[in-house]
Amino acid sequence: MPKVSMTVNGKPVSGEVEGRTLLVQFLRETLGLTGTHVGCDTSQCGACTVHVGGKSVKSCTTFALDCDGAEVATIEGMANADGSLGTIQQAFQDHHGLQCGFCTPGMVMSAAALLKENPKPTEAEVRHYLEGNICRCTGYHNIVKAILAASGQDISAIAAE
Amino acid sequence: MYNFDFERPSTVDEAVKALQAEDAQALGGGQTLIPTLKQRLAAPAKLVSLAGIAAMRFVKTEGGKLCVGGGTPHAVVADEAAKSFPALAKLAANIGDPAVRNKGTVGGSLANNDPSACYPSAALACGATIVTNSREITADDFFQGMFETALEEGEIITEVRFPIPQAANYQKFEQPASRFALTGIFVAKYPDGVRVAVTGASGDGVFRWTEAEKALSANFSADAIAGLSVDPDGMIEDLHGSAAYRAHLVKVLTGRAVTAAR
Ligand code: FES
Ligand code: FES
Repeated sequence: MPKVSMTVNGKPVSGEVEGRTLLVQFLRETLGLTGTHVGCDTSQCGACTVHVGGKSVKSCTTFALDCDGAEVATIEGMANADGSLGTIQQAFQDHHGLQCGFCTPGMVMSAAALLKENPKPTEAEVRHYLEGNICRCTGYHNIVKAILAASGQDISAIAAE
Repeated sequence: MYNFDFERPSTVDEAVKALQAEDAQALGGGQTLIPTLKQRLAAPAKLVSLAGIAAMRFVKTEGGKLCVGGGTPHAVVADEAAKSFPALAKLAANIGDPAVRNKGTVGGSLANNDPSACYPSAALACGATIVTNSREITADDFFQGMFETALEEGEIITEVRFPIPQAANYQKFEQPASRFALTGIFVAKYPDGVRVAVTGASGDGVFRWTEAEKALSANFSADAIAGLSVDPDGMIEDLHGSAAYRAHLVKVLTGRAVTAAR
């Protein structure tokens, strides 16, 4: 079987895969990094969002072998070095940006990609950016709030809604 | 998904060679092909990923043309064409969602020629040149009906050259679940005339609305097409919209595109 090597959350990893092995399968099944979720497996829900080369991608619609040599970041890499929650994760907790939590890994990874490109997004920009991330629980409002709070912006104006 | 061999060449020549294998299939960003493989609607023996070919990822302007490498993701076009060809950058910025735009490529979109994809309308409205590993094809010859193109087996789109219009706009009436165009119109104005390309509406894929082109070349304003109508015959009819609805959208969106063109 072909071998694939990449860097995941800063650590070099490798494993044997098939041609058809998806990045999400490699992460979850080979590496045991089950924080990345598969919601739809059809490129719609965004629960599987990870970063490859610093860009958000759907790991259910990316082949592991296409990531050979790439830098991959997953939800497991979002916590601080001491294990405490990262800024975006903490904001999700503080603002009730999750209920069942199934969509949350993808939401956090998309939020991280957004804030890297656009450190102070407007509410409309956050909503537009989350088009590829579906949440069945929260109604999105608190997710948007959490992301705006994580960007360091004052959210008191939308907090009352 | 059935299994297949996977190759990731780093040059166009290597990719062309790899694609000579029996039942080999090129893989662009995979945002259409991977779902297709999962549904077992395609079963190639070998996938040849074009993602490792650095020479196919670029956006540059040259002699009044915007030249985009065939392997350039939509997100890169959205960023890098924002100044030189804003209408095209905006089209790229609204394909799918951010994660899809980071993977999906202009060459992949054109080669697939989905009847509801955005890029074919820009290529056709601009009279773009599609450059492959072996030849140059004009957009008017390239699109040959739903999912059909002039590409030969194993031929790779290495570059697309869009003549930059004086003014242009893309209007996408989005199907909100798929984010494909229920109907999309690209209007491009050049010194020698206006071109209007329609995607999402026809069962034959992208096409030019020549009547509107004639009227708009004489008078570039939404009023110029007020008296025209679009024949619903041959339009796509599905649960999202009837043929008549799509025909109506073609006219309305063309008017909006002309008004918004910059
Ligand atoms: S599991 Fe990948 S988009 Fe839903
Ligand atoms: S919190 Fe349940 S799907 Fe988003």
